[in-house]
Amino acid sequence: MPPAVGGGLAGSELRVRRGRCGSQAARAVGPDVAVEAAARSHKRPAPGSRHFEAAGRWALLALVTLLSFATRFHRLDEPPHICWDETHFGKMGSYYINRTFFFDVHPPLGKMLIGLAGYLSGYDGTFSFQKPGDKYEHHNYMGMRGFCASLGSLLVPFAYLTVLELSKSLPAALLTAALLTFDTGCLTLSQYILLDPILMFFIMAAMLSMVKYNSCADRPFSAPWWFWLSLTGINLAGALGVKFVGLFIIVQVGWNTISDLWHLFGDLSLSLVTVGKHLTARILCLIVLPLALYTATYAVHFMVLNKSGPGDGFFSSAFQARLSGNNLHNASIPEHLAYGSVITVKNLRMAIGYLHSHRHLYPEGVGARQQQVTTYLHKDYNNLWIIKKHNTNSDPLDPSFPVEFVRHGDIIRLEHKETSRNLHSHYHEAPLTRKHYQVTGYGINGTGDSNDFWRIEVVNRKFGNRIKVLRSRIRFIHLVTGCVLGSSGKVLPKWGWEQLEVTCTPYLKETLNSIWNVEDHINPKLPNISLDVLQPSFPEILLESHMVMIRGNNGLKPKDNEFTSKPWHWPINYQGLRFSGINDTDFRVYLLGNPVVWWLNLLSIALYLLSGSIIAVAMQRGARLPPEVEGLSQVLLRGGGQLLLGWMLHYFPFFLMGRILYFHHYFPAMLFSSMLTGVLWDTLLRLCAWSLASSSLARGIHAVGIVSLLLGAAYRDPEHLEMHQLLLSTTLKPKQEAQSCFFHFLPK
Amino acid sequence: MLGFLQRPVVVTADINLNVVALTALGLLSRLWRLSYPRAVVFDEVYYGQYVSFYMKRLFFLDGSGPPLGHMLLALGGYLGGFDGNFLWNRIGAEYSSNVPVWSLRLLPALAGALSVPMAYQIVWELRFSHCAAMGAALLVLIENALITQARLMLLESVLIFFNLLAMLSYLKLCNSQKHSIKYMGVFTYLLVLGVAAVHAWHLIGDRTLSNVCVLCHLLARAVALLVIPVIMYLLFFYVHLVLLCRSGPHDQIMSSAFQASLEGGLARITQGQPLEVAYGSQVTLRNVFGKPVPCWLHSHQNTYPMIYENGRGSSHQQQVTCYPFKDVNNWWIVKDPGRHQLVVNSPPRPVRHGDIVQLVHGMTTRLLNTHDVAAPLSPHSQEVSCYIDYNISMPAQNLWRLDIVNRESSTEVWKTILSEVRFVHVNTSAILKLSGAHLPDWGFRQLEVVGEKLSPGYHESMVWNVEEHRYGRSQEQKERELELHSPTQMDLSRNLSFMARFSELQWRMLTVRSDDSEHKYSSTPLDWVTLDTNIAYWLHPTTSAQIHLLGNIVIWASASLATVVYVLLLCWYLLRRRRSICDLPEDSWLRWVLAGALCAGGWAVNYLPFFLMEKTLFLYHYLPALTFQILLLPVVLQHISDHLCRSQLQRSLFSALVVAWYSCACHVFNTLRPLTYGDKSLSPGELRALRWKESWDILIRKHQ
Repeated sequence: MPPAVGGGLAGSELRVRRGRCGSQAARAVGPDVAVEAAARSHKRPAPGSRHFEAAGRWALLALVTLLSFATRFHRLDEPPHICWDETHFGKMGSYYINRTFFFDVHPPLGKMLIGLAGYLSGYDGTFSFQKPGDKYEHHNYMGMRGFCASLGSLLVPFAYLTVLELSKSLPAALLTAALLTFDTGCLTLSQYILLDPILMFFIMAAMLSMVKYNSCADRPFSAPWWFWLSLTGINLAGALGVKFVGLFIIVQVGWNTISDLWHLFGDLSLSLVTVGKHLTARILCLIVLPLALYTATYAVHFMVLNKSGPGDGFFSSAFQARLSGNNLHNASIPEHLAYGSVITVKNLRMAIGYLHSHRHLYPEGVGARQQQVTTYLHKDYNNLWIIKKHNTNSDPLDPSFPVEFVRHGDIIRLEHKETSRNLHSHYHEAPLTRKHYQVTGYGINGTGDSNDFWRIEVVNRKFGNRIKVLRSRIRFIHLVTGCVLGSSGKVLPKWGWEQLEVTCTPYLKETLNSIWNVEDHINPKLPNISLDVLQPSFPEILLESHMVMIRGNNGLKPKDNEFTSKPWHWPINYQGLRFSGINDTDFRVYLLGNPVVWWLNLLSIALYLLSGSIIAVAMQRGARLPPEVEGLSQVLLRGGGQLLLGWMLHYFPFFLMGRILYFHHYFPAMLFSSMLTGVLWDTLLRLCAWSLASSSLARGIHAVGIVSLLLGAAYRDPEHLEMHQLLLSTTLKPKQEAQSCFFHFLPK
Repeated sequence: MLGFLQRPVVVTADINLNVVALTALGLLSRLWRLSYPRAVVFDEVYYGQYVSFYMKRLFFLDGSGPPLGHMLLALGGYLGGFDGNFLWNRIGAEYSSNVPVWSLRLLPALAGALSVPMAYQIVWELRFSHCAAMGAALLVLIENALITQARLMLLESVLIFFNLLAMLSYLKLCNSQKHSIKYMGVFTYLLVLGVAAVHAWHLIGDRTLSNVCVLCHLLARAVALLVIPVIMYLLFFYVHLVLLCRSGPHDQIMSSAFQASLEGGLARITQGQPLEVAYGSQVTLRNVFGKPVPCWLHSHQNTYPMIYENGRGSSHQQQVTCYPFKDVNNWWIVKDPGRHQLVVNSPPRPVRHGDIVQLVHGMTTRLLNTHDVAAPLSPHSQEVSCYIDYNISMPAQNLWRLDIVNRESSTEVWKTILSEVRFVHVNTSAILKLSGAHLPDWGFRQLEVVGEKLSPGYHESMVWNVEEHRYGRSQEQKERELELHSPTQMDLSRNLSFMARFSELQWRMLTVRSDDSEHKYSSTPLDWVTLDTNIAYWLHPTTSAQIHLLGNIVIWASASLATVVYVLLLCWYLLRRRRSICDLPEDSWLRWVLAGALCAGGWAVNYLPFFLMEKTLFLYHYLPALTFQILLLPVVLQHISDHLCRSQLQRSLFSALVVAWYSCACHVFNTLRPLTYGDKSLSPGELRALRWKESWDILIRKHQ
């Protein structure tokens, strides 16, 4: 009788689990496990020892958790100054406490939780979080750090449980837990006020609950099944609510669900109604529930942040009207544009500003020598324009004339209020964008020529043909040349006061650069209405903030001549990130993975691919494997496959991203690869042990292997706890670049 | 042995007249009045200049694709006796008499014409009926956009030809003939590879075959699908590099070593210069990164302004910049800090990795210096200057440690052109770096050079190489410019192997970026499916005859519809099969899946990647995908007729419908023909009538 798969500990684990969640049905885990279980069934121990083992398992879990908390909380208060991105996320936490509106490229949940943690722990939101290195002094920052550290600590037990569930092997789970506990990178990243511990918490929680609900598949619609399924959904919402990286785990869960449903659908013993029920349950728990929660976080976000703040400018005028303190809040202006109205016109793209002109001419050699037209970011009298009919110069504000509204398609003239020149364009090339036409101010006292005529068009024509302040998106089309008024976003040289270039573009594509809206509106002949009427609805706000976030993300482009982190740097631990040490402080914190762990992970992925393909080819060739090997192969292919998928999903998309990347983006993927390492080495050692038939020797090999790996992972442990004081010792640095960096930061 | 005497030699010719007829039709449609218009049409202006470069054998760099396509076009020019003398500067320019328009356009046109019978062959090889195969070929025949694209000196038709050829070859289980014309070809290649992998996987699962047999099969496939394409690909680059042996317009982008391997240009200057840099050497230092423009370390008499515009102060010492033109101020002398002399000893003392050096600016004899003063435009980095002693207790910090990045040993000698070096400042460990920012007017818009202190990671903008080099012999400042080259001979072109040149060229091709992001006729992938866009290729200088890239809208729409129908039907069948209800017999199911995988898959892999691309996109990028979609169309039609029409009556009705639909497509082809061939001048009214979509930009002359 060869030794049973999983040996003593793992075998008992399987049995205990079965006691809780019912018998492992053949369908869920596959026939191989059933064979395996049958081979082992005679070894069922007495009930007393089962209780004992269960207690042992709980004790182990408690130990793992305790160790993880102990490492993460050790000297958490140091350094007592702002480290790296704490300056952003701490500040944003404060914004929630102060209810000030801000803009960030990430969804709000993570920062809301940080704010909540700060609020509950007595932080009053008064610290300014100006720049890394600033001392916290009397401000209470430990609540926020503690919150992030607790979530970061929970990663280890989560990984432990996930691996236990996937491999049914305690040594594999222990190995994973050790890898993560003793990884300096995970440790450092968990100790500060950052989004990453929160994000990783939700990712790992989603993975764990998905694995758990997979193993409850034999008892569909039971209480644990519903519990884990809905918990998966909740965690997905959480992951997506912290950073958009959460999308990757959603893809993973989605893939798992689709293949699950595909299996159920192919099971002819299930009626279509049952399959329909399964489908509905998943739609409810994995689509409807997360979406509802995700939307709810935004609802809370907008409800809490109701004061004007630094984020206003990123949003449309209509959006700003809802923030108290903003000059558009509680303002009242006429609703529809009429001839004679004095208006300001704002470009829809963020950070472009208002259409502007001033008493300065374009310099010699830059198109025609006429008055400059630019865009300007700040409120100014020179932003005011009067809207006039193209063919008459009579004053439309004369009370004897009836009010005439401007309509979509009207031909108008825009007269600059301060200088009485008309907005004008002609076939001269624009100052910076050579393919566009120049836009100038032309004419005297409103009398110009036919090049001053523009057709006004409403892009989103759902409000009828009139033009509504704030809400209508309008384009100005030059009548003679057929080009569209837009801003290129390029900064003019000194002669243009470093304002932004305005051009008339002959390309009629609808881009935000050429779409405008009316912000201020003065017309004494029209009744004012409160802007509250124009406030966007919640779905509109939601959509707008997503558009702004995506644009913000795309705007984070690396500069050509800067050193940037590349995805291929990450798994080899090529270069870390400096968390603290810019100032001449004593504390130098450097985010860098434990090389033993990281290089072992790298090796394991290669080994996994090799062994996985060998086994897959062998099985495809129909090689007859002994049941033990078959069982182990299943663990390797299924459990390991899921982890490998997780690693790939959290790593490869970064190669396609154009935005600026940082080392810490790799950490979610690193969690998956550590779990894969645990599963792989345990399985390989078992296979090794099995091939050396003698059971005592076999067990010995397995034990020695696992223990040496555990020790290897823990080898650098003392140093790691010293992370606050010192950079990692240079001997561990993989590359000379990192070394020079180290020397560089030594105190002089 | 004399068997052939006993039996007569018999040649059995098996000629499919369909194929012959289709080929003839294809040739007729693509070759008819090929040399009209005798003017540069749209992107011919772009490909034409590359043909000229091939004719003159000048080196160039084009990021759009591997060189095979360009070389094929050049082959046409070569056969037509083109000497390369034509100024490709304007669309619509009349060709001069030395340009063999017909033969330049012949190869793409032939490729386009042969695509027609090839479509027939593919559908037939997919084991659909002759009727369906005929339908596919006839659709390709009358697709206006394909005709327009094939009749001009453009590459898409060649790409489509090779795509189809690869598919056909695979179907015939012959060797893959896949070559890359443009990088889009890679996607079709990957698709074929994927399908082959699936087949191979089934083969592995086929337990009736022995292990050895399986291994042989796999090896054969690997050779055919992996090794041969790689060798072919390398071969094209080899020919490319052999052909283009003279220095040309894009030299500057390449490294000094690459440039030196081309005839003329840099090689003429660097030939015969000493290899090893020694103390006293006079050198020019080129930045390896070379972005935004390639440039050399430079200094001049002018100093940094005392106070910058934003109120910050400077050291007021001599400016050090990076200058994109050759200039006498680019010369620096490598000096040993321990000695005063600026000449090379005999024998020369070479500079090695790790040595401490000073760099003396040749014209002003000031030393390269950096200190803890913020740089003018990058305030986080240190200012780099040539030191002037103002006696204000600001000491000179002019020692630099030489760090050879691509060294093989720790005592490596600094070599001209070959060594990539960093200069690490001894006092502050800042690294000499090109920041990429342009200085304002006081710095003559030259590029800013800084000492980078904060991010010490490796970046090419910190790496420099010696380009021009001579041993300094004269102490006299005046004579230094006139010094002669030293006699040490070396031939750099032999130092650079083909693989080194290939990998550099390949890398530059993949990373070169064109910044021209806006074009009047550019479009987004979403516009393509619905044909919401067109491209005006050419307008007759006087009449309103014009050529447009404009698809046959009936084919276009029905091909998209067919794809949707295929996907829906496939999902439906898959779900039904999963519940063990088989609607189709096994062989027609396999046929249906394979046809879909290749055609719908071909469409997807040639279309979807464009959504991820950031470059300027045009309608013609969609044509390869469209061709695959067109192939799917008859497949779906035959399937509907065979399996979904239940009675003979339905089948006849359906056939009638198909015939009506095809005549409709023919009618559209005929209507759009003037815009495809550009042979007929239409009246403004007729042109306006052709503008079926708001977004089509058909050119109408205002005054005729």
